Amino acid sequence: MRRYFGRKLSIYGLTFFVAVTVNWMIPRFMPGDPIESMVARLTMRPETVEPMREYFERFFGYDVPLWKQYLNFWGALLQGDLGTSVWLFPRPVTSVIMGSLPYTLGLLLPAILLSWWAGNKFGAIAARNRWLDNTFLPVGYLLTATPYMWLALVLAFLLAWQFDLFPLAGAYSVTLRPNWSWTFVWDLLRHWFLPFATLFIVAFGGWAIGMRNMIIYELEADYSRYLESLGAPRRLIRRYSFRNALLPQITGLALQLGAVVAGALVTEIVFSYPGLGWVTLKAVENLDFYLLQGVFLFIVAGVLVANFLIDVVYVLVDPRTRLGMQGRAA
Amino acid sequence: MSDTLPRDTTLPAAEGVPAPAAPAPRSRRSEFLYFALRNPKLWIGGLVVLFFAVTAVVGPRLTDYGVQEYVGPPASPPSAEHWFGTTTFGQDVFTQFVHGLGASFIVGLLGGGIAAIVGMTVGFVAGYRGGIVDEVLNVMTNIVLVLPTLAVLIIIAAYLEVRGVVTEAVFIGLTSWPWAARAIRAQTFSLAARDFVDLARLTGVPTRKIILGEIAPNMSSYLFMTFILLFGGAILAAATLDFIGLGPTDGMSLGLMMNNAVLWSALQLGLWWWFVPPGLAIALIVGSLYFMNVGLDEVFNPRLRTT
Repeated sequence: MRRYFGRKLSIYGLTFFVAVTVNWMIPRFMPGDPIESMVARLTMRPETVEPMREYFERFFGYDVPLWKQYLNFWGALLQGDLGTSVWLFPRPVTSVIMGSLPYTLGLLLPAILLSWWAGNKFGAIAARNRWLDNTFLPVGYLLTATPYMWLALVLAFLLAWQFDLFPLAGAYSVTLRPNWSWTFVWDLLRHWFLPFATLFIVAFGGWAIGMRNMIIYELEADYSRYLESLGAPRRLIRRYSFRNALLPQITGLALQLGAVVAGALVTEIVFSYPGLGWVTLKAVENLDFYLLQGVFLFIVAGVLVANFLIDVVYVLVDPRTRLGMQGRAA
Repeated sequence: MSDTLPRDTTLPAAEGVPAPAAPAPRSRRSEFLYFALRNPKLWIGGLVVLFFAVTAVVGPRLTDYGVQEYVGPPASPPSAEHWFGTTTFGQDVFTQFVHGLGASFIVGLLGGGIAAIVGMTVGFVAGYRGGIVDEVLNVMTNIVLVLPTLAVLIIIAAYLEVRGVVTEAVFIGLTSWPWAARAIRAQTFSLAARDFVDLARLTGVPTRKIILGEIAPNMSSYLFMTFILLFGGAILAAATLDFIGLGPTDGMSLGLMMNNAVLWSALQLGLWWWFVPPGLAIALIVGSLYFMNVGLDEVFNPRLRTT
């Protein structure tokens, strides 16, 4: 088990190192000069260009040798300093991100966990019912193939614009101030529902299909055949295959995290929901590279932490990993 | 235990094919063809993809308008003149749609192709060589695997001031190969231990030839299916990237159409014809690719056949 965690943690550590290095390198070695474009956007008069550029170069630490820039970058990062936002100048990037993070997490966590749970249950049921399976299979593949933002647009159009059941945009009504009254919480929930439903539906299709395929595979496995030949009840065999099929689904959860996060980003954009996705859009529109890079590092860190948590769960669920036999996730 | 749709009822088209009384095909190729022609999943999926591919090629000739040209009354619903209606500025949605389709197919083929080549190379070498080479490649694969692809693409794309469809496809290809590499590595592992590979090695066949001549052909169906999945994945990734506003800076794409629709409040104005076609096309194309893949699996894998 120590070997298992040691290996996993070193991979995550290396990944974080690579991510930070890439993050540092891209602005410095890509064609184009971010400071140039920023100065060009901000300055009105030609005589202010030079002082502006000098100011920004000193401000963002471009006036020292490269190796020192790299070390400074790590130093600042470890102190939680991701630079200053250009879009909301002079707010630090960390505070902008911290302000939007709760909205993204509030969407992502319930959507991921509930869709995983419901998808697995439904997939297991679909696998044992021929009629349900035949109707669900095409629908399920269509659902996994649906771009998140499109489903968001369609849901918003039908349920918010056409029938006016839900609000179209934002996290809460502009007329309300955030507080813990019932009116506000209810308003918050109503705004939360459609983005959540978008994430849930698309992810649900994927989990259900995965579970269905795994169950069918497990029912062909030797242990199922053996149990069958012993005359074990079908329900028992189904239960065993469900538990075995869950293991790859847990690994799948780790692999799909990136895709769901991406889905959350674009869904937020459709609903102008003030999470990380909306911040990303604003950063892109305003050429706010520091904010963009901050969001990138936050997403990478979040995905790595989630990966590690999933590894822990895997160890709890699969005894083979505890006994040093590595299991399937290795 | 498979899941096929009721074959004989959904596929009257199979009548034209002379059906041998007993399915006893002579060569492997004709065996695959036999099952491929009788697999409705492959048929239906393939037809949908083909339909959109043809639309992408023929479509631009059916319209006389430019992609960004202001040609009609703004925000008008679909009509005989403008099949898919017009945007808030009076651009023809159908014209944008067919051009966007083309871009999607290019990104899918190119991005999926690059990802397949990188994934195969890494997978073959890691699986065949083993040892320290495998160890290093494995760490590399795992790192790219955990990195959230889209976040990396956003960062790269944001710093490129001029972006083309090809650049986008290259970057998508370079970031989406890891799962393919892992799957191919596992397959190569089991094939590399077979007798015929040992024999080739003993007779002094160079590694490159063993991989390309002995191992790859024995998993060609698997490689093809991997490519199909990467193809679909690249289309989805490109759509997401375009939607954030980091797509090609010249030309049109399906993701960009949805991006424009959101930016110019198609939702608030109820211009559904602006954003429904592009997303629906992506869902249908990628969904059909996945569906085709299930069909192919049944064709190539005798254990999954029900007939």
